[in-house]
Amino acid sequence: MRSLKAGTRLKSAACDTEVMVVRAVPAEVTLACGGAEMTAMDAQRAAGAAPDAALAGGTIVGKRYVDAADRFELLCTKAGKGTLTIDGQPLLVKQAKALPSSD
Amino acid sequence: MNLVMVLEMAAECHRERTAVSSGSGRLSYGELLEAAQTAAADIRASGCRYVAVLDINSLAVPIAVFAAAYAGLPYVPLNYRLTRPELAELLARIDPAYLIGEETKLRSFAVPSTTRIVDRAHFLELARRPPAESAQASGDADDIAIQLFTSGTTGKPKAAVLRHENLMSYILGTVEFGAAAEDDAVLISVPPYHIAGISAVLSSTYACRRMVQLPNFDAAGWLAHCRTEGVSNAFLVPTMLSRIVDHLEATGTAPELPQLRAIAYGGGKMPHSVIERAMQLLPGVDFTNAYGLTETSSTICLLDPGDHRAAAESTDPLVRRRLGSVGRPINGIELEIRDDDGHVLGPDQTGDVYVRGAQVSGEYLGAGSTLVAGGWFPTRDRGHLDAGGYLYLEGRADDVIVRGGENISPGEIEDVLAEHPAVADVAVVAIPDEQWGEAVGAAVVLKDSAQATAEALQDWVKQRLRSSRVPAAIQFRDDLPYNEMGKLLRRVIKQELQDGQAATKTRTR
Repeated sequence: MRSLKAGTRLKSAACDTEVMVVRAVPAEVTLACGGAEMTAMDAQRAAGAAPDAALAGGTIVGKRYVDAADRFELLCTKAGKGTLTIDGQPLLVKQAKALPSSD
Repeated sequence: MNLVMVLEMAAECHRERTAVSSGSGRLSYGELLEAAQTAAADIRASGCRYVAVLDINSLAVPIAVFAAAYAGLPYVPLNYRLTRPELAELLARIDPAYLIGEETKLRSFAVPSTTRIVDRAHFLELARRPPAESAQASGDADDIAIQLFTSGTTGKPKAAVLRHENLMSYILGTVEFGAAAEDDAVLISVPPYHIAGISAVLSSTYACRRMVQLPNFDAAGWLAHCRTEGVSNAFLVPTMLSRIVDHLEATGTAPELPQLRAIAYGGGKMPHSVIERAMQLLPGVDFTNAYGLTETSSTICLLDPGDHRAAAESTDPLVRRRLGSVGRPINGIELEIRDDDGHVLGPDQTGDVYVRGAQVSGEYLGAGSTLVAGGWFPTRDRGHLDAGGYLYLEGRADDVIVRGGENISPGEIEDVLAEHPAVADVAVVAIPDEQWGEAVGAAVVLKDSAQATAEALQDWVKQRLRSSRVPAAIQFRDDLPYNEMGKLLRRVIKQELQDGQAATKTRTR
């Protein structure tokens, strides 16, 4: 359990996935990837760690992930094999709104 | 949260793709990442407190932007067009700096002895060495990423600061990661010391779009670069677009830019005639008007390609007029128009433009934050919204003419005078007046071989606006003074109008 703070970067303990918190309400939650709670960027991943077979949907770099209630938003900064979950509920890919390039 | 994340993601996904090319030089995203990390180690070892670039665009610019972020130091691009005394003052304010540029030129400036001069070629050479170790960006999201000295068309330059969280909020809010196609390319012709030059590096990197640098702009060179480099996107200031349109019309050549899909413009007021002609000459190109300030991490409002086409095709005057608007606030930006007492105004009422959002810094070194209650930033631009929420700018608050207690925006008078068939360019400024405190003065450039008297122009205004808007003095000039980014130098016009008036009075007495 931890409270997520915008700007914080975390990595998966079960795969290569890395995320940055874009938006979060103040609440204690369990953010996991592949079934294992995500860790600080400097933590070492255990040898042979792998996502749960049921939570191996994969993450896509550059995509935004949100919970169903839209309380949390994460940006995937590195792709991996696990599925992102908050308190056990899989996160959804947020559909991007296309903006014309302004610079 | 640090700017380097943008580059790390791009290098992770498109290591081999060209990140930037400049003349015959090029760097892939992987090479740019390694160069930034290697350069950061050298910057850290120097003990300097700032990373400055006093140079035209080159491969060193994107390397320096990200190297400064890795080193946890502010990146400070300096305007090479400033005078020697002006530059001496700015260099003293950022000492000790790791100063990148052409060494022979830099040595001719008054560089403080504790600032380290790094020749551009040497910087590029050292950045190409293998990285010492895997670099981790140090610092916090609220560290200063960029420090930009404002152009100072009035008074001493202020050091606007943008923090990592401001710029990242802008990039993440407006750019889709990896959105560029393999062969897309953006032509960067704005100088590195302009906010648009910085956001171009960050946005293009996050989109994984190839950057093509054009260090010295001219219309023919811009067109040639578009063709040879297969440019798909470009950003221009109005003066540049105006020169391109003039060049195409003067040479009578077809643009022949089949790969060019989008042009964004901003950084100053776009004349109606220029954008209309550009849209006719380049019918296949999407035009976007981007309005933003240094203090807002670049763009806050957009008039998108659909708005442009709708305005060009519509018979509804409200929609047609929108070609002169800067569009609507982007995602994550709130915007209000307020009167002098801070009350929020409704549509069609002119006041001060206030904005709020995570990308808005509104902060200057020394002076601190200029944000008011609720985190709102007074842009000091004047403007109004139309019924559809489109923003129209009417000049800077500092330029408002206070005539007998009445606030008059120069913009509305300029727009009316610009519609006169004989007028090519016009600027309206405040002039001192014994009776009213201030009065309306106008500097007018007539079209070649066109004629109009001051009385005729005063009549033209009188028929269209309230009598208080009629210029008390009109000065005819060969051209108006603009800076190199196309910003009108009102203080020069004001001074010369006053001097001209004084001269006239002396003569008549």
